[in-house]
Amino acid sequence: MEEKDIASLLERVYDPEVPVLTIVDLGIVRGITINNDEVEVTITPTYSGCPAMDVIRAQIRMVLLENGISKHKITTVLSPAWTTEWMTEAGKQRLKDYGIAPPNSKQQVCHDSLFSPNDAVQCPQCLSYNTRRVSEFGSTACKALYQCEACKEPFDYFKCH
Amino acid sequence: MIATNHIVSYLLHLADNALLLAQRNAEWCGHGPVLEQDIAITNISLDLLGQSRNFYQHAATLIGDGATEDRLAYLRTEREFKNCLLVELPRGDWAFTILRQFAFSAYQQLLFRELRNSSDDQLAAIAAKSLKEVDYHLRWSSEWVIRLGDGTEESKVRIQHAVEEIWPYTGELFLTAEYEAAAAKDGIGIDPGTLHTLWMKKVESIFDEATLPLPVGVFMQSGGKQGKHTEHMGYILAELQYLQRAYPNSEW
Repeated sequence: MEEKDIASLLERVYDPEVPVLTIVDLGIVRGITINNDEVEVTITPTYSGCPAMDVIRAQIRMVLLENGISKHKITTVLSPAWTTEWMTEAGKQRLKDYGIAPPNSKQQVCHDSLFSPNDAVQCPQCLSYNTRRVSEFGSTACKALYQCEACKEPFDYFKCH
Repeated sequence: MIATNHIVSYLLHLADNALLLAQRNAEWCGHGPVLEQDIAITNISLDLLGQSRNFYQHAATLIGDGATEDRLAYLRTEREFKNCLLVELPRGDWAFTILRQFAFSAYQQLLFRELRNSSDDQLAAIAAKSLKEVDYHLRWSSEWVIRLGDGTEESKVRIQHAVEEIWPYTGELFLTAEYEAAAAKDGIGIDPGTLHTLWMKKVESIFDEATLPLPVGVFMQSGGKQGKHTEHMGYILAELQYLQRAYPNSEW
């Protein structure tokens, strides 16, 4: 078993809150190392309080055990802090297909001005940019709530972080 | 009692602040004025809970001897908690909750910006991670202070009342406790007194836009950092710790 084999096993672990994204897509796998037959998987949370982390750890353990890797440990690191830039392009496309607007690319930066105009977020349903932010806080820590003014559908946006 | 040194005390102080405010904000779950804001305040609660867990876990590692985050959160007594009085006060109305969040987030933003340079790598990592979340909390609560202050007659009365209630508890944020001074001396922590000027600047700018007068000459309450709490603390801990006290070692 090599690092790349472990990496492909981890592509079977999905984010329980956004079940189309693997933890690799999400960019929370920070490293895989093998030392004297012991596999170490290092992961990082998206947000400090992300309640999915315990489930994700359990699922990683399960996948490793199912493949006969009993000597392993899962380490959590906080630094460098996760940002939406860690997400893969494939992951962004899967999000969009699922009906969640993927994070805008990095030229649109997080800013701290008050009552700021919305980021131009594209509706994942009808692809219109005529959308408005309903709330910066959504159904999970990593998402904001938007509504499309063209097709009127509400949708989640994987927010800038 | 859990054996502590000044670093552990400092981490517990940071953790307790976040945990108690997380618990207070979580009381809004299902009771927010509108659905989106109910979700917003409980998201903030969840971020704070995550921050407190990171601080407790780090403290537990330093304490060793079988200490865990759960033991620190659920099995310490009132006098062992080192949070500021501000965060333990009952949630009050929406204006009270908003103003407290604003005062606390403005403080946390300044604190975490500095703690990113802590000589304790894990503390620096927690601060950098948390700061990204606090930026959201501060923007959201600032907008709400302005909306309520410069809003309707009713909202103005309520936020002004909240200012009167909360202001006496803001001073303690910047009063340097012994363990804060010791942690600052080691390059691990920050003397919170050094953050006061910038905090006042932020509050002034938001109050100005909210058409709220700044209180002057108010007597400041303190004691929480030393474990001397308000009468509200026992009740909130009774609720927060109930399960572990009633069913020791129970797990989900």
